[in-house]
Amino acid sequence: MSGTAHAAHHDAPHQPVFVGKVKDKLDALFPKYPTRMACLLPALWMVQEERGWISADAIAEVATVLGLTPAYVRGVATFYTMYHLHPVGRHFIQVCGTSPCHLCGSDEVMKAILQQTGCGEVGATSPDDRFTVVEVECLGACGFATPILVDDDFHDSVTPERVAGILARYP
Amino acid sequence: MGFPHPSHSKETVVLSKYFGDADARTYAGWVKRGGYEALKKALGMTPEAIIEEIKASGLRGRGGAGFPTGMKWSFMPKGDNKPHYLVCNADESEPGTFKDRELMRWTPHQLIEGCAIGAYAIGAERCYIYIRGEFTEPWHVMTKAVEEAYTNGALGANVFGSGKRIDIVLHRGAGAYICGEETAMMNSIEGRRGNPRIKPPFPAVAGLFGMPTTINNVETLTAVCHILNRGSAWYKGLCLSSPKSTGTKLFSVCGHVMKPGNYEVTMGFPMKDLIHDLAGGMRPGRRLKAVIPGGSSVPIMNAAEAEAALCDYEGIVAQGSMLGSAGFIVMDDSADIVYEIYRLAKFYAHESCAQCTQCREGTAWTTKILERILKGQGKREDLDLLLDLSEQMTGKTICVLSDSCATPIVSGIKKFPEEFDAYLSRAKAPALAAV
Amino acid sequence: MSELVNVTIDGVAVSVPKGTTIIEAAKQAGVLVPHYCYHPSLPSPAVCRMCLVDVEKAPKLLPACVTTVAEGNVINVNNEKSKKARESVLEFLLINHPLDCPICDQAGECELQDYVFQEGRANTRYEDYAKRFNPVEDFGPDVLYVANRCILCTRCVRFMESVAEEPVLNVSERGDRAFIGIDPDHLLTHPWSGNVVDLCPVGSLISKDFLHKARAWDLDKTASICPGCTQGCNTMIDTRDDIVVRLRPRPNLEVNRHFICDAGRADYRWMNRGDRIEAPLMRDNGKLVPTDWNHSLARLAELTRGARSIVILASGRASTESLGFVRRLADHAAVTAAIKVPLGPEAPLAGVPNLALRKERVPNLNGGGLAGYAATWQAALAATPGADLVIVLDADLDDAEIAGLAKAKAAVVIGTVDDERMHSAALLLPTTNMAEENGTWVNRDGRVQRYYQAKAAPGMARPAWWIAAEAGHLATGAAAPATAADAFAALSGSIPALGGLTYADLGHTGRVVSSATAGAAR
Repeated sequence: MSGTAHAAHHDAPHQPVFVGKVKDKLDALFPKYPTRMACLLPALWMVQEERGWISADAIAEVATVLGLTPAYVRGVATFYTMYHLHPVGRHFIQVCGTSPCHLCGSDEVMKAILQQTGCGEVGATSPDDRFTVVEVECLGACGFATPILVDDDFHDSVTPERVAGILARYP
Repeated sequence: MGFPHPSHSKETVVLSKYFGDADARTYAGWVKRGGYEALKKALGMTPEAIIEEIKASGLRGRGGAGFPTGMKWSFMPKGDNKPHYLVCNADESEPGTFKDRELMRWTPHQLIEGCAIGAYAIGAERCYIYIRGEFTEPWHVMTKAVEEAYTNGALGANVFGSGKRIDIVLHRGAGAYICGEETAMMNSIEGRRGNPRIKPPFPAVAGLFGMPTTINNVETLTAVCHILNRGSAWYKGLCLSSPKSTGTKLFSVCGHVMKPGNYEVTMGFPMKDLIHDLAGGMRPGRRLKAVIPGGSSVPIMNAAEAEAALCDYEGIVAQGSMLGSAGFIVMDDSADIVYEIYRLAKFYAHESCAQCTQCREGTAWTTKILERILKGQGKREDLDLLLDLSEQMTGKTICVLSDSCATPIVSGIKKFPEEFDAYLSRAKAPALAAV
Repeated sequence: MSELVNVTIDGVAVSVPKGTTIIEAAKQAGVLVPHYCYHPSLPSPAVCRMCLVDVEKAPKLLPACVTTVAEGNVINVNNEKSKKARESVLEFLLINHPLDCPICDQAGECELQDYVFQEGRANTRYEDYAKRFNPVEDFGPDVLYVANRCILCTRCVRFMESVAEEPVLNVSERGDRAFIGIDPDHLLTHPWSGNVVDLCPVGSLISKDFLHKARAWDLDKTASICPGCTQGCNTMIDTRDDIVVRLRPRPNLEVNRHFICDAGRADYRWMNRGDRIEAPLMRDNGKLVPTDWNHSLARLAELTRGARSIVILASGRASTESLGFVRRLADHAAVTAAIKVPLGPEAPLAGVPNLALRKERVPNLNGGGLAGYAATWQAALAATPGADLVIVLDADLDDAEIAGLAKAKAAVVIGTVDDERMHSAALLLPTTNMAEENGTWVNRDGRVQRYYQAKAAPGMARPAWWIAAEAGHLATGAAAPATAADAFAALSGSIPALGGLTYADLGHTGRVVSSATAGAAR
């Protein structure tokens, strides 16, 4: 289980992400691409892994590190739905709702998750900041409906009955 | 989790032979099962000879377009002294399709081997494998396997002592269906928005980083290993119907079947058997109503068409649809066709990159019309409007996402008019709450 | 000569160089292919899909902006197939576009309005749905972004990325949620960023300066040249009721492509100044009194005829014609003629070779060079004390320089603005500013370019060349030209570098006559 770090102090001054080991990780990527810009998606992933979400300050930092402008980085970051540009709960739940899963009852799974997490509605974060639940388009596991991603953990064949057991693993 | 079903006697397991066999994931386990022999053999051949062998096998792209793989490789320039790139498309995001995920989860070295052969054949020293961001488990499996392959000399500066350099870089997507389109994928690797590019120039001329590039699907590249090992004649012989469709193919079957999963059968296999036998058929008391066979971007087939179809590129076209990525979305008589089409339109509206006018506005507008129909507020004219908008969304944009949204709508209205009628006449209760 | 390709566009046969796009080839055939994202000075993304045209034998409609012509192509821009596709694009663009044309600055010069008028649907089929709404955003010192009107053609994004090479704009989000984004800490402050307003085909990016100032159809448009520096960017002066309300770039691929800098764009308020000299003022019994041209020109002729040493302090905004004829007044004397050149930092537009806001912030330094303004400004100031006559040709003088005038035996001011500090002069003659006259300037690359009268001159103001030529006629009997064209022809006959050119030869984009470098005359 790889819990995303909780973004509790997002009003505090920005502490650089690309220092120490994270910087080493990024530096190791540079030789694998002919341009620095190509490291943009990986760099955004690193920010999200470290901080749980990607703040405006982090975007500015990524821009500086890769020699881009913040506007450029933001344009790219907003294209990809997996980057969190706002703080999310401690655990981020993505429930597939595209046709194949819908046929197999994903609506019921979603209902159970919204209810049991306390999120209430799609896109919301639970009052205890524990969960954020979103509906995603096809997770590429249609044969194992309904698949959900909790943080980086993939759970397939989720039914409303299994929801409680799965949630219990994410305090 | 997601443990594959036991092999069915009617399957022809080649690519999926080791699904469920955890030991096959490791380098040693893969070698024990005959792995990396194909790569070693390839390194002893000229790139031209490999391309000829692939051409002779009749292998066609498994990502959806079905373009002959050997021919695609032969488009790469020779002696141009530019870096060449191979990009492996592992951005499997076509609704209904989940075969590449399993190939990577269970047989990562099969893919690495295929990538290495492909790279060598097109004169590339580097291959980027673009894995969709949601595929966390395949990502971890592939990461480990690539490390192992380097450790054992199957990748790196001197692959198996051949003096050839082949590197594989895994690149993680971040949530964008359109990045499965090859030019959008190249933009995404370059650190841009995943906008499809205008063609020409074609990737073989100016692709990734402006260099000659070939993009192949995961399943295509894994098949290459077996063609080199067993010969193009063997592969070409795997054919039950059209001689233009050869080899085995993984069919992802999902939706209303008893045993959803990936089934590997020889090209030309009857769809009826695939659905009713291999995939376990309908739930008790249910009848087959419709199949969308190519992932979601192809025309919907009614039960008669589906049951008459042979599963290959030509066989499905003969029944009014397309093979696409061979993800079968099966619907029984409990399915609400209008709702499922609405759900697909919503998917395309969500995924439209925003470049082309018809797609950006059309996918959203058609979704709203379908939503209105489902709320019991539809108008008779809405069907004509949907058809007219769909026509203007077809064949007019840079890529085919817009067409893909229109296709299920047009075929749905044509083949299941009574389902639309039920909402329009208010005979059926609204499926969505009116706001 | 490059290889030619023969094509037929809407029945008109044309031959165009190989590699020409359909959209450009169509222009040669006199056919405008409607378009939004395409712009000849930007890379083409082919995203608006408005320029889809039917090319016979092609299976699909093709984007005219990126498809190059092939031998024998038969292209139909206006058949049913092409028109239906355009009608559909317009319908898609309109579903989220507000119909706020009555309060939109772009109305009247809006490409969406124009094409919908031309070939859009008469009714909407997007009923019962709310349009997308986003608030207006501040994009920088002179730019507002009205997101609701945006059709996402991305011209602005591409301009900042590929031409200004400072990508501060982006496309954010996807699908119909997409909009043009900016980082609040990096607004459109680039010295050329105002061009995004012109590039925007709709009223989405608008100028704060021009906001709600005028309706486009009430504007009179006059071809002109930017007076801001030696680059000589071609411009259009927009006036309403004789007031200059806006400057915009006018295409000249050799000089400024389709762009002007923000400094040039903003530099027009002085053209409307009300504190002008409106009648000749002549010193009589120690007092300046208004008079007519007959008396004042006679006085000027008298002053020049009697002067053995003449200093000319000229503005670099003066026309070549004016500089030339004022200089002729001094032909009989020892002359020190110079042009005042204010300096500022250079601001290049990175993506266009040889285009910058230049350090020398006057337009006609080279015209002065050709007309014999060979002295440095310092030398001319030094020659002022004791000179028989100093002629100030609309130069903007500081207090010290004005004080210097008093040390000359006589001073004549041919000026636009009534500056009381100059009232010690013997003669103050009202002249036109560049917006009020026809004339030419010679840019830093030796390109002679015409500008045209955009508004009426106040009071009795006349072009300085006319004033000087009439006075010269009285002094020496030399022929005086009646028009700016005659004045130019006369100069061009006597200045070898101008090689006998006439206004007709200059056309709307000018002619290069000399490679004299900017600053040579300073």
